[in-house]
Amino acid sequence: MHIVVCMKQVPDSAQIRVHPVTNTIMRQGVPTIINPYDLFALEEALRLRDRLGGEVTVLTMGPPMAEESLRKALTFGADRAVLLTDRFFAGSDTLATSFALAAALAKIGQEFGVPPIVFTGKQTIDGDTAQVGPGIAKRLGLNQLTYVAKIADLDPTAGTITVERRAEGGVQVLSTRLPVLVTMLEGVNEIRRGSLDDAYRAARATIVKWTAADAGITDLGKCGLRGSPTIVKKVFAPQARAEKVRQVPTADVSTEALAASVMAEIFKCQPALEGELMRFSAGP
Amino acid sequence: MTDAPKPAPAGRAGTKRELPEHFKAYKHVWVVVECEHGVVHPVALELLGEGRKLADKRGVELAGVVLCGDDLTAALVAAACFEHGADLVYTVTDPVLAHYRNEPYTRAMTDLVNTHKPEILLLGATNLGRDLAGSVATTLLTGLTADCTELAIDDEGSLAATRPTFGGSLLCTIMTLNYRPQMATVRPRVLAMPARQIGRWGRVVVHPLNLAEDDIITKVLRFVADRESDKAQLAYADIVVAGGLGLRSAENFQLVRALAEVLGGDYGGSRPLVQKGWISADRQIGQTGKTIRPKLYIAAGISGAIQHRVGVEGADTIVAINTDPNAQIFDFAHLGVVADAIELLPALTEAFRAHLSVNRLAG
Ligand SMILES: Cc1cc2nc3c(=O)[nH]c(=O)nc-3n(C[C@H](O)[C@H](O)[C@H](O)COP(=O)(O)OP(=O)(O)OC[C@H]3O[C@@H](n4cnc5c(N)ncnc54)[C@H](O)[C@@H]3O)c2cc1C
Ligand SMILES: Cc1cc2nc3c(=O)[nH]c(=O)nc-3n(C[C@H](O)[C@H](O)[C@H](O)COP(=O)(O)OP(=O)(O)OC[C@H]3O[C@@H](n4cnc5c(N)ncnc54)[C@H](O)[C@@H]3O)c2cc1C
Repeated sequence: MHIVVCMKQVPDSAQIRVHPVTNTIMRQGVPTIINPYDLFALEEALRLRDRLGGEVTVLTMGPPMAEESLRKALTFGADRAVLLTDRFFAGSDTLATSFALAAALAKIGQEFGVPPIVFTGKQTIDGDTAQVGPGIAKRLGLNQLTYVAKIADLDPTAGTITVERRAEGGVQVLSTRLPVLVTMLEGVNEIRRGSLDDAYRAARATIVKWTAADAGITDLGKCGLRGSPTIVKKVFAPQARAEKVRQVPTADVSTEALAASVMAEIFKCQPALEGELMRFSAGP
Repeated sequence: MTDAPKPAPAGRAGTKRELPEHFKAYKHVWVVVECEHGVVHPVALELLGEGRKLADKRGVELAGVVLCGDDLTAALVAAACFEHGADLVYTVTDPVLAHYRNEPYTRAMTDLVNTHKPEILLLGATNLGRDLAGSVATTLLTGLTADCTELAIDDEGSLAATRPTFGGSLLCTIMTLNYRPQMATVRPRVLAMPARQIGRWGRVVVHPLNLAEDDIITKVLRFVADRESDKAQLAYADIVVAGGLGLRSAENFQLVRALAEVLGGDYGGSRPLVQKGWISADRQIGQTGKTIRPKLYIAAGISGAIQHRVGVEGADTIVAINTDPNAQIFDFAHLGVVADAIELLPALTEAFRAHLSVNRLAG
C-alpha cells in the first residue's frame, strides 16, 4: 500500500523573537524543524507500512531549504520524498496551499501509485489553522477523517477503514471507504529513532523536486498570493497591560500567615467570591 | 515562503477592488450553532453575541444556522439563538445529521450558503467547527481565518479578523476582500457570553437536505462519551488552579488539585506537564491547549511564557506564585506572590478550608 504524509517545515517557534522596536520577526538564524504534529502522522504511516507492506512518501511544499526536513523524514524510515517548490507558491494561504498539494498528490498518484491514505498533521505550529487537511480532502474527493486518535481497523483489499476520532465530549468511532485523508491527533504515538541503514540511505537519497509545471499545474492564478482569498492587512504587537502586578509582601512572615494574606488579597480582588465559595462548600 | 505572514502586499490582492458582481447579493451575518447530542456549545452563543455587533454595524440581520437530527432539538436550539441575539434561524433537520459527519454537514452548509448568501460566516474553532469550516471554505473557494481573537468591521464594510501569530507575540489582521462569504473561526471562551434576553423571538427558515443515509459513505459506529469525572471543564470553570514545572514532580502537582478541590474549581497546567505525563492533554492551558476565562486563576510554578499567557489573559484575577521575582508571569498577573509554591499551596488550601468551614458554622 502506498501512503503519503504531508509535512510542513516550520521555524522552531520556541526560538523566534520579535524585534522590540520594529515588530518584525527576527528569523535570522532561527532553525527550522518538521512541524512537530506531522511526526505523529509520519509514525502512524510507517507503522501501517511495516504491518501491511508498501511505501511511504513524504510531501512538502516549501522553499528549497525544506529539503532538509524531507531528508530528516527519510532518516526516520520514509521511502521517498517529494519537494514541491516554486516561486509561484510564495504567499499561499490555506486555500492556495491545498490547491498546490492536491495537484502534487495527484501527480504522485500517477508516478508512484495512487495512495489509499493521505496523512496530515492536526495543525502546524506557525500558521496553526488546521485547514489544509480538510482542504486537500475536499479537492481530491477523499473521505475526511480529522483528529484521529487510533486506526482501529484497515482492510486495503475491502477498501475500508475504521478509526477513533476525538470529538467534543467523546470519541466517535467512524467507518468509511478508502481513499481517505487522515489528520492525526498529537500524542498518540512516538516517532521512531530510525535505523542506521535509513540514515545512510537518507544521506544519499535523491529528493524528487517538482515545480508547479512539473506537478501539472497550469492555472498559476490559483497559486500563491494570487490564488489566496485572504489578505494579511497588518501585523502588530499586543498592547502591554498598563496596570502593574500587586506583590503580596513575603518578607519575615510564616507560610501560614502568608497564606492568610494571599487569601485576603484574593477576596479583595473578587469581593463576590467569598460568598460564592461559602455557598459551594455548604453544598446544595 | 509559505510560513511568513504575507507582508501587507502593495497593489494586487492587497487593494480592494470592486466586489465582483455576483457577490454583491451576499448579505447578513451567520453563526453556525454547534449542537451535537442536543447540547448547544457555548461558543455558538458567544459568537451570536459578537455576530450581533457585526450585524448592527453593517445594518444587516444576524442568523443562527442549526443542523441537527430532529425537529425538537431544532426548536429548542433556535429558541436559544433568538434569546442570544439572532433575528432568524435557518434549520436543516434530518436524521442523517444526528451525529456530526463531514459529508452531510458540508453539503447542508454549502447548500444553505449558495441559496441564502451570507456575507459573513462564523464558526467555533472546535473539532467540529474546524473540520467543517475547512471543507466549506474549500468548496466555496473563499477565505477562512482561523482562531480569531477579535472581529470588527473596517471602514469599507469588510470583516477584519485579528488572530495571534507566532505564539501570541504578534497579532495579525486578516481580511477576505474579494470573495464571499468572509469566514472565520473563534475559540471557545475568547469572546464574552452575551446576556440572555428571555422571550426574545424571531423567524425560522426551514431548509431541506435531500440526502439519504445510503448516499453517505462514512458511518458513525459508536459514540463513546468521556467519563464525567475525567472531563476537564477547564474552559468554562469559574476558578482554575494550575501548576508548572516549578512544582518539580507529579506528586507535588497533587497540591494543585487539592487547592482546586477546596475552591470547587478545575485544575490544569503548562504544556511541559502534558509532555511529562503529569496531566492529560485536555488539561493543558495556553495557545496549543485550552483558552480559559475564569474569575480566578491561580498559577503556581509557571513562568508565564507567551504561549501560556495568551490562554489565560481573559481571567478576571490572575494570582501568580513563583520563586523568581523576575518571572514573566508577573508582567500580567494581578496579584503576585514571590514564594515557594510547594510550601505555600498546602497552606493556602488549609487557609481556605478553615475559613470556609468556620464561616459555614458561624452562618
Ligand atoms: C501567522 C500566520 C497566520 C495565518 N493565518 C491564516 C489564516 O487565518 N487563514 C489562511 O487561509 N491562511 C493563513 N495563513 C497561511 C497558512 O499558514 C499557509 O497557507 C500555510 O501554507 C498552511 O497553513 P497552516 O500552516 O495553517 O497549516 P495547517 O492547516 O495547520 O496544517 C495542517 C497539516 O497540513 C499539512 N501541511 C500544511 N502546510 C503544508 C505544506 N506547505 N506542505 C506540506 N504539508 C502541509 C501538514 O501535514 C499539517 O500538519 C497564516 C500564516 C501565518 C504564518
Ligand atoms: C509552538 C509552541 C506552543 C506552546 N504552547 C503552549 C501552551 O499551550 N501552553 C503552555 O503552557 N506552554 C506552551 N508552550 C511552552 C511554553 O513556551 C513554555 O515552555 C512553558 O509554558 C513553560 O512551562 P512552565 O512555566 O511550567 O515551565 P518553566 O518555564 O520552566 O517555568 C517554571 C517556573 O517555576 C518557577 N519555580 C521553580 N521552582 C518553584 C517553586 N518551588 N515554587 C514556585 N515557583 C517555582 C521558576 O521560577 C519558573 O518561572 C508552547 C511552546 C511552543 C514552542
